[in-house]
Amino acid sequence: MLKQEISIQTNDFSLADEVALLEEDNVTDGAVVTFTGRVRNNNNGNSVTTLTLEHYPGMTEKSLAKIIIQAKDRWQLGRVKVIHRIGELSIGDQIVFVGVTSKHRQDAFAANEFIMDYLKVKAPFWKKEQITDEGKTSENWLDAKNSDTDKADLWS
Amino acid sequence: MIKIVFFAALREQLDCAQFSLPAADAKTVNDIKQLLSDRNEQWQQTFSNTSLLSAVNHDMVDGNHLVKSGDEVAFFPPVTGG
Repeated sequence: MLKQEISIQTNDFSLADEVALLEEDNVTDGAVVTFTGRVRNNNNGNSVTTLTLEHYPGMTEKSLAKIIIQAKDRWQLGRVKVIHRIGELSIGDQIVFVGVTSKHRQDAFAANEFIMDYLKVKAPFWKKEQITDEGKTSENWLDAKNSDTDKADLWS
Repeated sequence: MIKIVFFAALREQLDCAQFSLPAADAKTVNDIKQLLSDRNEQWQQTFSNTSLLSAVNHDMVDGNHLVKSGDEVAFFPPVTGG
């Protein structure tokens, strides 16, 4: 049974296990929509080697809980699960998971996208990337993107 | 006292993760920002960044938000998770 809706963790997660938890003993929901975010090997033309995720313990959970409540107010949802990893991650690693179930697909698709869009601009996570440029390694904090703010604003 | 915490690039620029101020010194989040800016030139420069976000007791707030003793006030750069 799905015990908690939010998990902030250093360890990896299994998409199959998460889907199983969303579906277990759940015969009312016909739609399961999942999103998985992964570490890319490139950003702004630089070659990324690793990514370090920092967050604000306490506020992270509170902000995600608020986003989930908002999603449940807007759409008819069954189960919701949000996982975000922290710490050091490598290329191809899974970073984030959002899983939503609903009776019908429209609500599940919309709610999943809404949760990701809001997570991007409201949840206190910060990415620092380690990059290699012409053999030299350096690290820098990622800048927030205006496109993420614009996307989230579309829901308001 | 008011507990003040910093995150990510801001924490590194200040070389400081947390700080305390007597509650009587500040009425609002902006007051706190001003007091921190007044510490030295490095902090003044860092806090002149207008994109910094603030939170009180884990909720995002604006600069006019009132603060009181026991509050946890956080300053950080725009978020980049997901």
